[in-house]
Amino acid sequence: MKNSLIAKIMRDNRSLDIVLVLLGTILLWELAVRLFNPPAIILPAPSAIWAAFMQSPWVFIRNMLYTLMTTGLAFAISVVLGVVMAVGIVQSKFLERTVYTLLIAINSVPKVALAPLFVIWLGTGMSSQLAVAVMLAIFPIVINTVLGLRSVDPDMLNLAKATRASKFDIIYKIRVPNALPSLFSGMKVGISFALVGAIVGEFVAGGRGLGFLVLTAQGQFDTTRVFVSLVLLGVMGTILFYAVDVMERIALPWHSSQRQPNA
Amino acid sequence: MNMMADTTPDTYLRIRGAGKTYPSQHGPVVALSDINLDVRPGEFLSIVGPSGCGKSTLLKCLAGLENITSGGITVSGKPLSGPPDRMGVVFQRDVLLDWRTILDNVLLQAEFLGHPREQYRERALQLLERFGLKGYEKRHPWELSGGMRQRASICRALLCDPDLLLMDEPFGALDAMTRDDLNVELARMWQETNKTVIFITHSISEAVFLADRVVMMSRTPGRIVDVFDVDLPRPRPLSVRESDAFGVYAQRIRHHFAELGVLKE
Repeated sequence: MKNSLIAKIMRDNRSLDIVLVLLGTILLWELAVRLFNPPAIILPAPSAIWAAFMQSPWVFIRNMLYTLMTTGLAFAISVVLGVVMAVGIVQSKFLERTVYTLLIAINSVPKVALAPLFVIWLGTGMSSQLAVAVMLAIFPIVINTVLGLRSVDPDMLNLAKATRASKFDIIYKIRVPNALPSLFSGMKVGISFALVGAIVGEFVAGGRGLGFLVLTAQGQFDTTRVFVSLVLLGVMGTILFYAVDVMERIALPWHSSQRQPNA
Repeated sequence: MNMMADTTPDTYLRIRGAGKTYPSQHGPVVALSDINLDVRPGEFLSIVGPSGCGKSTLLKCLAGLENITSGGITVSGKPLSGPPDRMGVVFQRDVLLDWRTILDNVLLQAEFLGHPREQYRERALQLLERFGLKGYEKRHPWELSGGMRQRASICRALLCDPDLLLMDEPFGALDAMTRDDLNVELARMWQETNKTVIFITHSISEAVFLADRVVMMSRTPGRIVDVFDVDLPRPRPLSVRESDAFGVYAQRIRHHFAELGVLKE
């Protein structure tokens, strides 16, 4: 089981493509900077970015861990709260007509624009950052989970009713497992949104974190340090996304997205 | 023909003047009208009719999933309220749960009925072997062909040894060869047990091949237009379908279809 999972990831030659393309891009970038010599304030060379990181690695790593913590915490809150809300919405007509309607309505507001409001309400610091991140991450999770819980084959429900299945069995043996693939696709969007929310939170309510580093480096026109933070954010975003992806592969070996052509 | 069912006590399922009317935006829609039918215990009954004739609605009413709006249904003399005891259902789609193995899917029937799983494990394995699924117990539904999946869903319906098996076009989505195989297997299973089977289909040859008695339904509103016994010796080989006697029965159904304007002769 475990072996085949690792083997599958290794065999997925798209990850090889990604590594090659990234390496090629860095190489071209380095060459271009050396050839055309643009001012460092516009575009620093990859080697200069690496040097800036190595100059004070712990400052970057400390701030990265802070952003990681905010993102992880906000994501965990979003998943728990989102699933509870989704089950409530599916089970209760009243919650569907109130909470769900409100969620759908708010979802069309560009939520990043609400970030400054949280600073007024919650002040600067982690609580504001968490609030912004949760606000962004929770929507895809709730909406996807609601869809998943609802999309059960009506004949499956007929079979359950004809066999006198209890309400509990219908929820925990049919609806919830049926919703897991949708929950995971909501979580994949949610984890990226949680990171975006954490950074936006740091922009407006900062003090710490990679988002705050980007902002201060920009204030000093230290483009190289801006790039160091951006690269670290990119690495973090990728790792977080794949962490959810691996969780999905382990939790849902039965789902169609995991099937091998010659299973 | 034998429209007024006999009133011998040897009746398992009795339908009297059953009707079903749905409300709709354009006024009430009559789905079933004045259905009278007596089903003997252990009988294999095929219900055949064009789509929209209410045969699936009738089956849903028998399964206790919907209520009739007039008339009455009794099972073993007791008025039907909700799903009958000791019943198994098979739909056109196998509705196996993707995250469960084939064995666990079959055992779902026991779980839903509130029986301990372990008690039925042995029987589930026997049924799977019986239907040619030995070696596939630990596989998942998506690793199996459509025919194998439908076999598993029949095993699920049979797990708790039902008296009544309701089948709603169970082989409608399968290719012709698989369908023939499953017809033979179902007939064999039925002969070895003493279950009452109500089998809904729109295939004329399937209806005749399997049944002791064929009920022909017509649409708007759904009602019974003909009931006749199929007097062919059992076990029936697939080649029985080329016999003259079989042709006469098939012709009788085809004639009704033609009258209903579904088939042009």
